[in-house]
Amino acid sequence: MDFTYDDEQVALRDAVRGLVGKAYGDYERRRQVVKEDPGFDEKQWSRLAEMGILGLPFSEEDGGVGAGPVEIGIVCQELGRTIAPEPFLASVVLAGGLVAAAGTPEQRAEVLGALAAGDSVLAFAHDEPGRRWGAAAESVTAAQDGGSWTLTGVKEPVLHGARADVLVVSAALPGGGTGAFLVAGDAEGLSRAGYPTYDGGRAARVALDQTPAVPLGAPGLDLSGSIATVLDITRIMAANQSLGAMQTLLGATTDYLKSRKQFGVTLNHFQALTFRAADMYTSLELTHSLVDWATMVISAGTPEEVAAAAARVSLQVSRGGRHVGQEAIQLHGGIAMTAEYHVGMYVAHLTALDHLFGDGDHQVRKLSATVADYDLLDPLDR
Amino acid sequence: MQLELSEDDQEFRAQMREFFTTEVSEEIRRTVIEGRELTHDQIVEAQRTLNAAGLAVPHWPEEYGGRGWSELRRHLWHEEMQRAGVPTPLAFNASMIGPVIAQFGTEEQKQEYLPKTANLDIWWSQGFSEPDAGSDLASLRTTAVRDGDHWVVNGQKTWTTLGQYGDWIFTLVRTDPEVKKQAGISMLLIDMTSPGLEVRPIELIDGGHEVNEVWFTDVRVPAANLVGELNGGWTIAKFLLGNERVGVAPVGATKRILARAKDLAKDTSDGEGGTLLDDPLVRARIVELENELLALELTALRVVAHSSDGEPHPASSVLKLKGTELQQAVSELMVDLAGPASVASGAGDDSDLPDWARTVTPTYLNLRKASIYGGSNEIQRQIISRTILGL
Ligand SMILES: Cc1cc2nc3c(=O)[nH]c(=O)nc-3n(C[C@H](O)[C@H](O)[C@H](O)COP(=O)(O)OP(=O)(O)OC[C@H]3O[C@@H](n4cnc5c(N)ncnc54)[C@H](O)[C@@H]3O)c2cc1C
Repeated sequence: MDFTYDDEQVALRDAVRGLVGKAYGDYERRRQVVKEDPGFDEKQWSRLAEMGILGLPFSEEDGGVGAGPVEIGIVCQELGRTIAPEPFLASVVLAGGLVAAAGTPEQRAEVLGALAAGDSVLAFAHDEPGRRWGAAAESVTAAQDGGSWTLTGVKEPVLHGARADVLVVSAALPGGGTGAFLVAGDAEGLSRAGYPTYDGGRAARVALDQTPAVPLGAPGLDLSGSIATVLDITRIMAANQSLGAMQTLLGATTDYLKSRKQFGVTLNHFQALTFRAADMYTSLELTHSLVDWATMVISAGTPEEVAAAAARVSLQVSRGGRHVGQEAIQLHGGIAMTAEYHVGMYVAHLTALDHLFGDGDHQVRKLSATVADYDLLDPLDR
Repeated sequence: MQLELSEDDQEFRAQMREFFTTEVSEEIRRTVIEGRELTHDQIVEAQRTLNAAGLAVPHWPEEYGGRGWSELRRHLWHEEMQRAGVPTPLAFNASMIGPVIAQFGTEEQKQEYLPKTANLDIWWSQGFSEPDAGSDLASLRTTAVRDGDHWVVNGQKTWTTLGQYGDWIFTLVRTDPEVKKQAGISMLLIDMTSPGLEVRPIELIDGGHEVNEVWFTDVRVPAANLVGELNGGWTIAKFLLGNERVGVAPVGATKRILARAKDLAKDTSDGEGGTLLDDPLVRARIVELENELLALELTALRVVAHSSDGEPHPASSVLKLKGTELQQAVSELMVDLAGPASVASGAGDDSDLPDWARTVTPTYLNLRKASIYGGSNEIQRQIISRTILGL
């Protein structure tokens, strides 16, 4: 058992921190970038590709680097520290993750190769209006006519769905189950309406009307298992990203308490405030522990174990993230309410991450279903 | 980063589990698991069983019975012990005065006290707190005045846990009233049968008697019973309280109790044809607690895994704070599960209400102490905000 990074992992962290810090260490820069479409910096995307970051999770045959979950977690944490707007989570971890898990060798080489090279942005169109956080598709349906497939229905919100060059779309299969399909950005019968989200991200309504699509992997195969696992891994990586953001929030808050003067003294003279900062630290460290653990479960565990770890870490991040975020604003006072100041936007981003893949209450509901099936939880007994 | 224990550590853990679940009296373990109070003799018996196997004081220096284990192994030892319902070695002996004597004591003191301390031949009490010196320990007033080969001690200590069983008491006393308050304090070891020393019980809110007042009237203590430097008591106290915080998060025990809560909820009717464990609210509460305990346990593991390279992990301050909160929260859940039966704490053996339901409220009330003693949770927050966050 070991919770420390090895030398290569430290080097990766420092390299990513350097690159992302240069781009967004000054928060104003992030603010400018997200003001305009596509909501991130295409040049920065290319730099990430050059560093090998966009191909990190994928095997070398697929044009990637073949790194493990810990490395991907490191990248997510660093992106979270500066809330860098590049769609690593949505495009590489989620959409790319599904292609890697379910695509044919040719699909993987083509789609992931272009993604890793920075030539293409992927989006996973999965959420459907009126439905929350499941692995199955319902209202978008797939139809088959001989060897060709079409999709019909609406997906929303789709992260980076307007900018994406290729969409990975989940759909209910004619024979039951959920399949996934590759849809070109310029496909016939595809309409996309993009919009900004409150945290400076981008989402879209994606409407499909008998849109031609290529089945991911073997045609007609129910992929809901793969989709569920990729969503679980994405949850864990979102938790890494949230952890990075929480670290920045706590750091900003302690700096502020030491510098802001009221009543003739700096705010850290008021114990009522320092104690609240201590509680933020407590939430942060507890979250950090679960994030590290869940990240390690990805490579060590079965899909069921990964699912459980994803639910547990998401629950902790939901509770801990809300606590740290809300207190960060409160302890800053009015300044944190302004858009020029970074704290509020970090809290907005944490809120988005909390709601993209299942919030705390959702995880409690899920975990409650099986709570009677075991006695005590033992993270070392696996 | 990697999740698995090494094979050696896994084997070590299995050995511990095997020992604790087979070698320690079943009767004692059942008492712990069912949440009943241990007797003096049971506590002594359990510690002697451990000591005979070299498992009572593994964290001491090796020459005095320590095992030279890694922090991780000490953690596994502690967790398995709690999980099996084995009473942990008396903290006053094993975690407090033992390490202090080993670090600061004279050779004579080490020879005299350490073996007896490990084996619980001497039952130690902690005489630090006074009525006007709680969190602000340095304002203590009990005095020790030199008279030839002796110190003459006068004053009052309070909150002395299990002082009724104490053979000896380690005290902080004022030996120089003229200097800054931290600078005039010394540590003395005092035989509790000394003339002039009197122990008076204090009843707590759970109805039990676990703490006492200890009064000193002209108690004569041999000069050789001074530990460490004259007026150096504050340094020793800080060392001791630092140790007190290690292993303070009773994760293993709290997990065991939460598992038991689940079991009891399964067997308790909700009065409407189902069991309490069918209730979504009960399930949700258990899940949230399980998750917080999981985060705490993993934090404890992060801390021990990190400690191998010397400096303590800053997150260790989280352990006492959160550990006691969760210990209390689980005890609160137990009361809520017991429902109306929880009121029947005084019912006798002919009661139709289950045993467990009758003990949960006293336990819950008693555990309010956990966030007060050993550096209250406010003091922990102070440590985090000042020392870690630099506020
Ligand atoms: C059951 C039990 C067993 C005990 N056993 C022993 C024992 O065996 N030996 C022994 O020596 N002592 C023992 N103690 C004493 C224990 O260490 C003290 O109770 C503890 O240090 C708190 O002191 P106090 O009770 O005087 O509270 P106070 O120090 O008066 O504190 C009252 C409240 O104010 C808060 N507070 C105090 N100072 C600050 C501050 N600067 N900032 C913010 N909040 C603050 C505290 O956290 C607490 O909430 C025991 C206590 C209990 C309850």
